[in-house]
Amino acid sequence: MRKVLEVSRLSKIYGPGCPSCIEKTGPEYETNICPDCNSVVAAHDMSFDLYQGEILGIMGESGSGKSTAVKCLFFDQEPTSGSATFYDQGQTHSLFDLNKAQQRRLSNHRFGMVYQNPHLGLNFDITAGGNIAERLLMSGLDHYGDIRERAIELLARTEVLTQRMDELPRNFSGGMQQRVQIAKALATNPPLLFLDEVTTGLDLSVQAAILDLILEIQQQEKTSMIVVTHDLGVIRLLADRTLVMKYGRVIESGLTDQILEDPQHAYTQRLVASAL
Amino acid sequence: MSSQQQFGFLDEHAKKEIRRTALKAVAIPGYQVPYSSREMPMGRGFGTGGLQLTLALIGKGETLKVIDQGADDSVNAVNLRDFIQMTCPGIDTTSFTEEADLIQSRHRIPEKPLREDQLLVLQVPYPDALVIVESSEAKRKVLHGEADYSRLLVKLYEDIVKFKEITIAHRYPTRINNHYVIDPSPIPRWDVPKLHNSKALTLLGAGREKKIYAVPPYTQAIPLAFEDMPFRVENFDDENGQRRACERCGCTDSFLDEYIDSETGNKIYRCSDSDWCEEQMGFPRSDTADYLPETTVTNVKSSKELVNA
Amino acid sequence: MGYVAIKGGRDAIEGSKTAFDFLRTQQAENEQPLQAGAIENQLRLLHSRVISEGGLYHPELASLAIKQAQGDSLEAAFILRAHRSTVPRIAETEALDTSKMRVTRRISSAFKDIPGGQMLGAATDYHLRLFKMELLNESPEAFRAVSKQWMDELDLDTIPDSFPKVVEVLRNENLLAPIKQSRHDQVPFDITREPLVLPLPRSAALATMARGEQGGLLSIAYSNMRGYGDIHPTVAELRVGYVPVMLPHPITGKPMEVGEVQVTECEVVAMYEEQDGKPMFTLGYGACFGHNEVKAISMAILDRALQKGEQHGPSHPSEDAEFVLLHVDGIDSMGFCSHYKMPHYVTFQSDMDRLRTTQDKQAQEEAK
Repeated sequence: MRKVLEVSRLSKIYGPGCPSCIEKTGPEYETNICPDCNSVVAAHDMSFDLYQGEILGIMGESGSGKSTAVKCLFFDQEPTSGSATFYDQGQTHSLFDLNKAQQRRLSNHRFGMVYQNPHLGLNFDITAGGNIAERLLMSGLDHYGDIRERAIELLARTEVLTQRMDELPRNFSGGMQQRVQIAKALATNPPLLFLDEVTTGLDLSVQAAILDLILEIQQQEKTSMIVVTHDLGVIRLLADRTLVMKYGRVIESGLTDQILEDPQHAYTQRLVASAL
Repeated sequence: MSSQQQFGFLDEHAKKEIRRTALKAVAIPGYQVPYSSREMPMGRGFGTGGLQLTLALIGKGETLKVIDQGADDSVNAVNLRDFIQMTCPGIDTTSFTEEADLIQSRHRIPEKPLREDQLLVLQVPYPDALVIVESSEAKRKVLHGEADYSRLLVKLYEDIVKFKEITIAHRYPTRINNHYVIDPSPIPRWDVPKLHNSKALTLLGAGREKKIYAVPPYTQAIPLAFEDMPFRVENFDDENGQRRACERCGCTDSFLDEYIDSETGNKIYRCSDSDWCEEQMGFPRSDTADYLPETTVTNVKSSKELVNA
Repeated sequence: MGYVAIKGGRDAIEGSKTAFDFLRTQQAENEQPLQAGAIENQLRLLHSRVISEGGLYHPELASLAIKQAQGDSLEAAFILRAHRSTVPRIAETEALDTSKMRVTRRISSAFKDIPGGQMLGAATDYHLRLFKMELLNESPEAFRAVSKQWMDELDLDTIPDSFPKVVEVLRNENLLAPIKQSRHDQVPFDITREPLVLPLPRSAALATMARGEQGGLLSIAYSNMRGYGDIHPTVAELRVGYVPVMLPHPITGKPMEVGEVQVTECEVVAMYEEQDGKPMFTLGYGACFGHNEVKAISMAILDRALQKGEQHGPSHPSEDAEFVLLHVDGIDSMGFCSHYKMPHYVTFQSDMDRLRTTQDKQAQEEAK
């Protein structure tokens, strides 16, 4: 299998930071707030690889830092330290060393992001089709007919009624908004997709349909994905491998089946037990 | 008072700053160069950006043409020309496009193609084409830097979805030299193609927004559009698909103004560019008997020297 | 016909100018022309406003501008500004030291008693807004009697020249952060010589607001006071008076007093925040030429709001530097508002073209 992404020793600290930040936070201290300088250690020393067509799950409760890696990789935030290498079309990109324009190029063309809150991923003042068009236009497509055609194709793919493509997303249901977001993320056929709590807050039947769609995309397009969630069910269904996070640290990682069958860390054990 | 004594009204530091800014604008085609922009004795919005450029660039012995809405004697053009003449003794003024070294204009580019030795100064109310999709200047600066105009293109896309047409009438976003998209000032779409590979330098000055930018000679200026939905200029065809002609000179390839005849109530169309119209009607093309058109072509003018320096 | 309106532009402009001046003099039979001194004193608050928004301390020219503009404060400030563009800069003064202010009025709403005492001075705050009918037909004798009586009753010996600043009391008590020494070395941003490129240093924001239009500053500051913001200001001190202007002596280079300018200064103390690891009150500063209390207070509140926005990200319009600073200049905003009165035939022609084409397209669709 081809390696797509390699993340090494990624850390993100909010606040001034001090020598005690790392020493005095983490699961054993049951906090991610530094007692000396009040900095928040959102994530410390995260390392992982991602292969083509693989889904990596990052699981944890809110405040565990599970979204931090994805936010840094999609350039929504700057990491405090660490590196990430993206292998794409024979090229190697050291993500955090790129300038803003290069980063934006990658996030527009080669990455896709689906947020929990559709307001972050969609512009609610332009139509569903326009939202998809924006990404296509960013990638240099400048034929109106082709853009329409591709948008219809993507919306059909994500099971949005194509008759509604010229409506504003604010008129859509939550599940439909997520589908439009996924269609937008897929517009440029990105090899790497980030999904941040995409099913949280949706009805169970809608959740199941969206998860099916994600699996289908993975199988058909061989897209690599990082799925961030607090939901064990999502992890069970989607993730090949999983990282479990607590207070900014990865406390357990490995094959999802293995973690669910035989959790090592007490926190994971409680989590698995309560879900079963 | 001192304001009447100083050539070009502004103090020399201000003029120097404007010339430096203009040079930078020429060096980075389409980039909006910020400058401190002095207050002029006429209102912000009345062409103070163009005026500052004209005052900083014009020199004694040079000939100036000022137009507003295509006409040399509309109120604002008269007001600006009088002020420039008063503060720049030794310059000449003209209404003939071919006689002018420097043309300051609001809302129009002359119909007659400009030459390499001529300079066009356009007055700009809104310098930034992105303002219709992003109100924060700080964010717009980043978008320009990365040449990210997808949101403008989405606006065109949404127009077509809604109206089957691009609704931008004037101030049509135009991409310069394959990077920066400019607001070409409120010229009609009719005038936008004149910027493309123009022989003359076009300088655009926004006084209130404190920016100067340029379309240098022989530079690409391409209006944003889709491959299958091309940019289109104003349509002056009548009900039968016949191109309307100017009621005075009969010209069928100029931008027309539409009037209601107060006596008959009928619509009348006339050239917006009054100088062009008069030329088509065969009016004499010189103010003075000894005027020779060739001399303006061969003369090296100091405004050009300043810009070329 | 339409074309006639464009032709003959010069005559129309000339006519408009004479008509404007005629209106000023139409009561020539009964009225005296306004003299500069009368404007400066009898309309002193209008005069202050013009000096401050014009950004040029020239009392006589400000009076002339008011007379010429027939009392339009925006137009008058504009005339001063345009004049300013023609004047070369010959020297730079040292920073004005407002603790040396010859104070004519000074209040604090933070403390009942302040070092040096409260000094109400001339203000309309506690006026009953009822007509003084006797001013309607005031005789020169009555007019002179007012000033004579005031001067006669004045006890010059009891008035101190300058007062200590209230914020110093707060600094000494560690309630307010000390002024950082590095600030003194910073050259203030000159908004008349440098382009405003965001983000701006605080000095540029203050300079922009000091020339800002009073109504514009007030309305944005008021939005913050009403609830679109939460800085909770208290006026630590508001002072009005005359501050000496110092210039280096041309030969010795030593600073010497060359004159004085009237200034209104306001310091508001606002919601505390952690500064250098310790919670302290925060400060908002406002100052402008002339006697403009509403302006100085509004500016101080906006200064604080902008600092807050810079630190934590703006959550209200009044905390957004671009929103506030690019919209408070009276010369810019009134100029642009007025420009809509100019002919826009060409762009309107273009607009009509778009609308007609769009309507045609729709008609075609419907016909299908």
